[in-house]
Amino acid sequence: MTAALIGKSVSRVDGRLKVTGAATYAAEFEVPNLAHAAVVRSIVANGRLASIDTAEAERAPGVIALVTHRNAPKLAYQPHKGLPDAAVGERLHVLQDDRVTHQGQPIALVVAETLEQAVYAAEVVRVTYRNEAAATDVAAVDPVLPTGKPAEWEIRRGEADSAFEQAEFRVDQTYVIPRENHNPIEMFATIASWEGDSLTLWDKTQWVHNVAEEIAAVFGIAAENVRVISPFVGGAFGSGLRCWPHVTLAALGARVDGRPVKLVLSRREMYYGVGYRPHTVQRVALGASRDGQLQAIRHEGHQETSTYEEFTEALLSATRFLHACPNVHTRHRIAPMHVHTPTYMRAPGEASGIYALESAMDELAVALSMDPVDLRLRNEPDRDEFKDLPFSSRSTKECYRAAAERFGWSQRTAEPRSMRDGRLLIGWGMASATYPMNYAPASALARLLPDGTAEVMSAASDMGPGTWTSMTQVAADTLGLPVERVKFTLGDTRLPRAPVHGGSMTMASVGSAVQAACRKAREDALARAGSNDLEEAMERLGQVIEATADVAPGDETKRFSMHAFGAVFVEVAVDPDLGETRVRRIVGAYGAGRVVNPKIARSQCIGGMIGGIGMALMEHSVVDPRNGRVTNANLAEYAVPVHADAPPVMDVIFVDEHDPHVNPLGVKGLGEIALVGVAPAIANAIFHATGKRVRELPITPDKLL
Amino acid sequence: MPGAISPALAQAAGAAPALLDVSLRINGTEHRLSLDPRTTLLDALREHLHLTGSKKGCGLGQCGACTVLMDGMRVKACLSLAALAQGREIKTIEGLAQGDELHPLQASFIERDAFQCGYCTSGQIMAGVACISEGHAGSPQDIREWMSGNLCRCGAYDHIVAAIQDAAAVSSSTQGG
Repeated sequence: MTAALIGKSVSRVDGRLKVTGAATYAAEFEVPNLAHAAVVRSIVANGRLASIDTAEAERAPGVIALVTHRNAPKLAYQPHKGLPDAAVGERLHVLQDDRVTHQGQPIALVVAETLEQAVYAAEVVRVTYRNEAAATDVAAVDPVLPTGKPAEWEIRRGEADSAFEQAEFRVDQTYVIPRENHNPIEMFATIASWEGDSLTLWDKTQWVHNVAEEIAAVFGIAAENVRVISPFVGGAFGSGLRCWPHVTLAALGARVDGRPVKLVLSRREMYYGVGYRPHTVQRVALGASRDGQLQAIRHEGHQETSTYEEFTEALLSATRFLHACPNVHTRHRIAPMHVHTPTYMRAPGEASGIYALESAMDELAVALSMDPVDLRLRNEPDRDEFKDLPFSSRSTKECYRAAAERFGWSQRTAEPRSMRDGRLLIGWGMASATYPMNYAPASALARLLPDGTAEVMSAASDMGPGTWTSMTQVAADTLGLPVERVKFTLGDTRLPRAPVHGGSMTMASVGSAVQAACRKAREDALARAGSNDLEEAMERLGQVIEATADVAPGDETKRFSMHAFGAVFVEVAVDPDLGETRVRRIVGAYGAGRVVNPKIARSQCIGGMIGGIGMALMEHSVVDPRNGRVTNANLAEYAVPVHADAPPVMDVIFVDEHDPHVNPLGVKGLGEIALVGVAPAIANAIFHATGKRVRELPITPDKLL
Repeated sequence: MPGAISPALAQAAGAAPALLDVSLRINGTEHRLSLDPRTTLLDALREHLHLTGSKKGCGLGQCGACTVLMDGMRVKACLSLAALAQGREIKTIEGLAQGDELHPLQASFIERDAFQCGYCTSGQIMAGVACISEGHAGSPQDIREWMSGNLCRCGAYDHIVAAIQDAAAVSSSTQGG
């Protein structure tokens, strides 16, 4: 037996491929006879296509096909809702009619011999529109409750209104988060190739099976006839959860021209062709007694969505259980506009909702003249007061203690502007974090070979968190083999089904399936060979031993409230003359169950911190309120953190947490919680530095002067 | 002849830009290509030579994922026209390792876990190699400043800086004998 591998800092098994440029991303597969596609997109937000003049484009060199709604095949668009799709509404249909509902909507597809020819021809397609009035200014749209039972969107515990009125200390403020785009560095890309009625897609996606099912529904073919291959994903952060219209366009182009087609979105198209974190307006009212006991929480929020789908996320969920409070009222609304549908972006819901809640908590601490950590400790619940269930585990107190100690929080002076470094204002702030433990049905196959190696597989995805590596570790650990003897494979619909690679559920779900399949295969091999040693058993058997396993959650959600919890502490330095904020230190402590690989888990956490710095200080897709156009749809004007923005000190603490209830592996997931809490901790630190409370992200220099 | 327009193709393309015969020296090997003059060096590498290690993240010179070395200097391949790269010595990520032996920076990227998704990694490594040879890897602050043209959306900056420091130390110890 080899030593336990779960919990060890193994280097990435796909590391060599990635540092030599040999890892193959969606646009990089060599497919013979490939043609290139480019998309013509609407430049109005609402109306109808009056005319499309394709004559010049069709004459342009190299053009093979030019598809508009006038000549496009009628697509089946059979009903299909994947988990990441909006529950209410119908997905965008492409090139099926003359209706335009948002900026950047695909209105023509060019297929040409080369990329340069396709791009050129797309530029000379002449389009005129019959403009109609468009709702593109979120501030001018009246929010409404989403479709469904009002009780799903407006949730009450106790009497929040009267308790708030009677509270001795009150905070009632509005917080705004602008639209943000995921901006993974790899742009979305699809290569589509038909053979008869069978389609192969090399695609950038967080869920190969969902792409197969969606495209099958769009084209009216069987999902088994669509193979989706996606071994490497160059970042996605939620943008690859859904199957977006460009996948349909690539398949349509290949259908029309009879050759394989490659479609790669441009960086500008990344702001129109896939979803985004929606513009969110939240009002939080907190009432507390003099000793800091929360007596009322009222939290309402609304978010932009499209006219054709109702996007909603768990914006207000955490408010209902993060802090103890007898009187809570949450209300979630949407603002339908002539925009394309938003989608989940890293820590969807929690990142936005907890920004508002934890900012308001900081304001309450100031009003009470109480240390913000003390305020949270005074309101630490002993059970989930919303679900009325015990937590399966909750390490908030340990996270506050560990992070505060590492940070040196006891040295903080409470008064704003009281800490300085020369002429710079220093601020220390903190916030809580939480994200649900998600565990979904998953399958895996383990195959033991006579030479003492193993092949293990599941149609999972790895957009960066290290699925390739962590699954290899779980398999090797379970089989008792060294990592080098186990080959894990993912990212292909021909492999056993995995759930969507999002919501921090991959380790819990796919990891548990891999463990179960390996356990079955090992036990089978040992039993057949009558041996205690797997390598010896396999040699003796001289044949392949295979086992598949399907795992699924039981009734634990009925018995426990299951979440990861964390605390984030931040030091900022603000230049009082220039209004520039630099994050100097971040310390995050997380109670997230078992950590399979501390080395790559740390990468995930510092990555979340960098994402949170972007959210707090930089990120903003600037939408022109007159026409819905994104005015900064590129990486020079949509600012994201660069090397120089990374804090010199980034500290990640995993508090010891054993949770036997969540899933067989005892993991809670890290990808999302790593981002939650960072933006409010920074905003709170900026208040501590400057005495100025900025309630609209990003906190750019102009807002501090 | 390098740079010459092929008359037959020019005629066939009508008003279109005629194809150019371009000779590119990449990782020590000469490649002869017939290219649309609009072809960038990055697209020549990725679409014509299947050297897909150099990544396209924006096509606008804003993300650095396409960074390659041209005569030892780091350049953004997406802003360089392939035809103008003729006669230059181009090194891409595929040419960095010596056979099976990784370049010290490639090895330290793995050791330090200096990436997640891996998509910006080629550009980070090529820029990092240049950053070290330029003498801009003397301190973490220096590295942060001189690597800021290479975006990493997964946020691996802390580990990239550590990896470059490690490789810079190897490089200075070998240079120092």
